[in-house]
Amino acid sequence: MVAHINRRDFLRLAGLGGVVFASGLGHTADAATSRSGKVEEFYWVQLSDSHWGFDGPAINPDAKGTLKKAVEEVNNLPHKPDFVVFTGDLTHTTDDPVERRKRMTEFRDIAAALNVKTVRFMPGEHDASLDRGKAYKEFFREPNYTFDHKGVHFIVLDNVSDPAAMIGDGQLEWLKADLAKLDKDARIVVFTHRPLFDLYPQWDWATRDGAKAIELLMPYANVTVFYGHIHQEHHHMTGHIAHHAAKSLIFPLPAPGSAPKRQPIPWNPAEPYKGLGFRSVEAAAESASKYEIAEYLVRKA
Amino acid sequence: MRQRKLAIRVVVSGFIVVLLVAAGSLVLAKSKDKGERVIPIKVKRFEYTPKEVTLKRGVPVVLELTSLDIAHGFNLPDLGVRADVLPGWTARVRIVPEQTGRFVFHCDIFCGTGHEELEGVIIVKE
Repeated sequence: MVAHINRRDFLRLAGLGGVVFASGLGHTADAATSRSGKVEEFYWVQLSDSHWGFDGPAINPDAKGTLKKAVEEVNNLPHKPDFVVFTGDLTHTTDDPVERRKRMTEFRDIAAALNVKTVRFMPGEHDASLDRGKAYKEFFREPNYTFDHKGVHFIVLDNVSDPAAMIGDGQLEWLKADLAKLDKDARIVVFTHRPLFDLYPQWDWATRDGAKAIELLMPYANVTVFYGHIHQEHHHMTGHIAHHAAKSLIFPLPAPGSAPKRQPIPWNPAEPYKGLGFRSVEAAAESASKYEIAEYLVRKA
Repeated sequence: MRQRKLAIRVVVSGFIVVLLVAAGSLVLAKSKDKGERVIPIKVKRFEYTPKEVTLKRGVPVVLELTSLDIAHGFNLPDLGVRADVLPGWTARVRIVPEQTGRFVFHCDIFCGTGHEELEGVIIVKE
């Protein structure tokens, strides 16, 4: 409890978080703690879209340094997160299978410098779509899995190993079977790379069968989705389910539909690392659908 | 057991392909019967050719899509049209543009480094 108060105080006083966002977006039907387990306060860190191997000096002249800076900043957080999760596009795509594995090796070595007990991964289309996740699995094992932590059931969904951006019937059956084991008031967090809803299909910011996953999740009162892919912070509700997109660690993209093309926003020397960052997410004990999100910026060393 | 499942899958997939080809041929035959314009579009990494197609409002056309290399997608969300564009096959989609404007289409099957730039535009005029 003391650590919790200190962390919140730290965020407020230091202003490091920028925005502290209470998930749920006004959702008031907070359910009680799941019967499946007691919820304790804790927090995790989400990093996303590091695109290790990307080369484009006009877009990010510090492409080889940004991820490392983020790792250092996470290690410097005053309170250690319970775990860190990377929500996909760990590496930038390449046609060369040897180069792909080289990038994954380098990425894994950089992530290994995180001073936390548990680091979890999932693929983005840049990691997995060209070989249907073959190389990714060699390095990071299964692209979809579940785990439980302090009363929260986490589900990692893979919507990129199929290059057509499909979760697929097999994985949807797996999701259905997993959800069937849970109480309707269970506290559930979903990690995925692409948005499960049609955020902006004109830019391919969607999952073709994402609506089927949302339909399966809908009967559960306390579901929150954290994802990447769109390289910017974004918050959206589908019914009572909140979806939160994270910033990238390589380049920002324009807001949905705000530009003629979904091209990276070029580097601005006057504001280096603008739009790049990571977030912490705190699971509050008092409400099963409440998460406090604090956004951190990558800063010049 | 596994081989039997595989055999069933192959037969079912073959049947679906036959149906798709038949449906595509039907679309084309009907279009030709009606004298509808057929517009060929070639797709390769990372370019549609042509990447700009001008149509007249209310006049139906058939887009005939072929891939020159690997699997691509053709997704035109504003008009509710999408198709897989697979090597060795021709995908045909019929469009009846009801509204004027510029409508972007893009590849929705990840195809590599330039995937995000693989797009084109349908311009519908009066």
